[in-house]
Amino acid sequence: MIESPTIENTLDVYAIRKHFPALGRKVKGKPLVYFDNAATTQKPQAVIDALVDYYSNYNANIHRGIHTLAEEATAAFEATRDTAREFINAESREQIVFTAGTTEGINLVAQTWGRENIERGDEIILSNMEHHSNIVPWYMLAQEKGAVIKVIPINENGELMMDEFENLLSKKTKLVAVVHVSNAMGTINPVQSIIEKAHSVGAITLIDGAQSTVHLDIDVQELDCDFFAFSSHKIYGPTGVGVLYGKKHLLETMPPYQGGGEMIKEVYFDNVIYNDLPYKFEAGTPNIADTVAFRAALDFTRQIGRKKIRNHEDELLSYATEQLEQIDGLKIIGKAKNKISVISFVIDKIHPQDLGILLDNGGVAVRTGHHCAQPLMDCYQIPGTTRASFAMYNTKEEIDTLITGLHKAVKMLS
Amino acid sequence: MKAYKTIEEIEKEIIEEFSLFDSWDDKYEYIIDLGKKLPPLEDQYKKDENKVRGCQSTVWLVADYKDGRIYYKADSDAVIVKGLISMLIRVLSGQTPDDIVNAKLDFIREIGMMSHLAQTRSNGLLSMVKQMKNYALAYKLKNAG
Repeated sequence: MIESPTIENTLDVYAIRKHFPALGRKVKGKPLVYFDNAATTQKPQAVIDALVDYYSNYNANIHRGIHTLAEEATAAFEATRDTAREFINAESREQIVFTAGTTEGINLVAQTWGRENIERGDEIILSNMEHHSNIVPWYMLAQEKGAVIKVIPINENGELMMDEFENLLSKKTKLVAVVHVSNAMGTINPVQSIIEKAHSVGAITLIDGAQSTVHLDIDVQELDCDFFAFSSHKIYGPTGVGVLYGKKHLLETMPPYQGGGEMIKEVYFDNVIYNDLPYKFEAGTPNIADTVAFRAALDFTRQIGRKKIRNHEDELLSYATEQLEQIDGLKIIGKAKNKISVISFVIDKIHPQDLGILLDNGGVAVRTGHHCAQPLMDCYQIPGTTRASFAMYNTKEEIDTLITGLHKAVKMLS
Repeated sequence: MKAYKTIEEIEKEIIEEFSLFDSWDDKYEYIIDLGKKLPPLEDQYKKDENKVRGCQSTVWLVADYKDGRIYYKADSDAVIVKGLISMLIRVLSGQTPDDIVNAKLDFIREIGMMSHLAQTRSNGLLSMVKQMKNYALAYKLKNAG
C-alpha cells in the first residue's frame, strides 16, 4: 500500500498545495483559485494514489471471498471503518455505517428509526438553517406519519435562537435534527447544549456533520448525539462515501434500510435473519474503492493536524472578512461569533449569479445561489448569496485575487 | 412586404460582432451592456406563469403571435442572463414558428457561450431556449389544428 506523504510540523500552505494536483490548473487562462470547498474539497495525491492502487492491485469484492485479493480488499475497506471510528471517537467500529454520504445517512435514519418511532402528532425539531438534505427526509416522514415539523429560528447574525428552541421542546418532541455547521453561513451551532436539552425531554438527536467534520474536532461520545452523519468528499476524500454513526442500542433495534446481499445472515423465502451491526445497514456491494481511499484522506488530515488547519482557516476567514467589508454595498450574511471559514455575502443591486460568472472568468471558483437552504434565504429575503469557503490549502494571496475580481465585477455590473 | 432577416443571417451578424473581441472580459462587457439595454418587462408580466423554470436567476418570458410570426419579450434579475436573453430575442423574435422550432442556434457555440447552455451553469439559458421553442411549437400545433 502507498505511504501517505510526510508533512512538516508547521502548516506550510505552499507545501500542502503541492499535494493537490487540481490546484495547479488554470481556468480561463488564469491560475485556479478554488473557494468552493464547502461544496466539495479538492483531493490530495494520496487519495488519488489510493484509488489507483486499489484498482491496480487488489480490486475484489469484499467480505466473502477467500482468495488473496478479496482478503486484501476487505482488510483495506474495514481499515477505513477503524480510522473513521477514531476520527469521530465512536465507541466501537460496529457503530460506523458506511453510506453514500450525509444525505443517505439522514434518509437511512428517517426511513428506519423514523418510520418505526414517529407517530401522528409527534414533533420533529429542525432549524431555519438546515440544508435541504436535513429537511426533505423529515418532511417526507412527517407527511407519511402525520407528524409536525417545528423550526428553530435564527437571529440576524445567523445564530440559532436558543430560547426559542427551549420553548419548542416538549414531551411531543421525538427528534431534534440540526446541522452542526451551516453550509451557507459557516455558523457553528451549540450542538452539545442542543443535544443535552433534547435529551432532557427524551428526544433523539441527529447531527448533520457534513460541514463540521472537516473543520472541527468531532467527539461523538462527548457530544452524546444519537446519530451523526458526514461525507468523505468534504474532507478531501472521494465522492460517494459517507458515515452514519449511531448509538448502539438504537442501531440494534432499528430495522434494516435496504434489503440485499451483505446485510443478511440467513435467507429463506419465509424468513430472513439479518446480519450484525454495521452490516445490517450495508446492503449490496459497497463503494469499495472510494471507501478505501477515504482512509487516505482522513490520515492526510490527521497528519497535518486539525488544530493547525483550523488556525490557518480562521486566519483566512478574518482576513477575507476584513477585506470584503471594505467593498461598498457588500453585506455579509451570517456574522455568528462562532463560525468556520465560510463567507456568504450579497452586494447591493448585483445578482450573485452575475458575480459568479465574472469571478469564474478570472479563475475564481465560488458558489452562488441558495446553497440548498431555501428556507434560510427566505428568512433573509434574498434570492441567494455568493459564497467563498476556504480549506487548508487556500492562501491570503488567493483572497486578494477574489477581492480584485470582485472590484472588477462590481465595476462592470454597475 | 417587410423583408425579414432569417435566423441564420442574424446569427452570422452576431458571430461577426463577437469576432472583434479578443478577450473574455470584452465579451462579457458587451453582454452586460446588452442586458442593461434590454427594455424591462412591464410588471404585469412578471408573474409565476411566465417564469422560466430551471434558472438560478429569475427569468420571465412572454410570447405574442402576430401575422404568422412570434414576438418575444423577456426580463431577468441577473444582467448577464439578460444580455444572453437579449441575443436570443434578437435572433428568434419575429420569426415563424417553424423556423424557431428548427433553429439550431449554433451562434451560441461560435461566440464561446456554450458553457452557458450546460445544465451545470443552471443560469437557465437552456431552459430559456426550450421555453421559446415550446411557445413556437404550441402556436404551430394550434394553427395545424
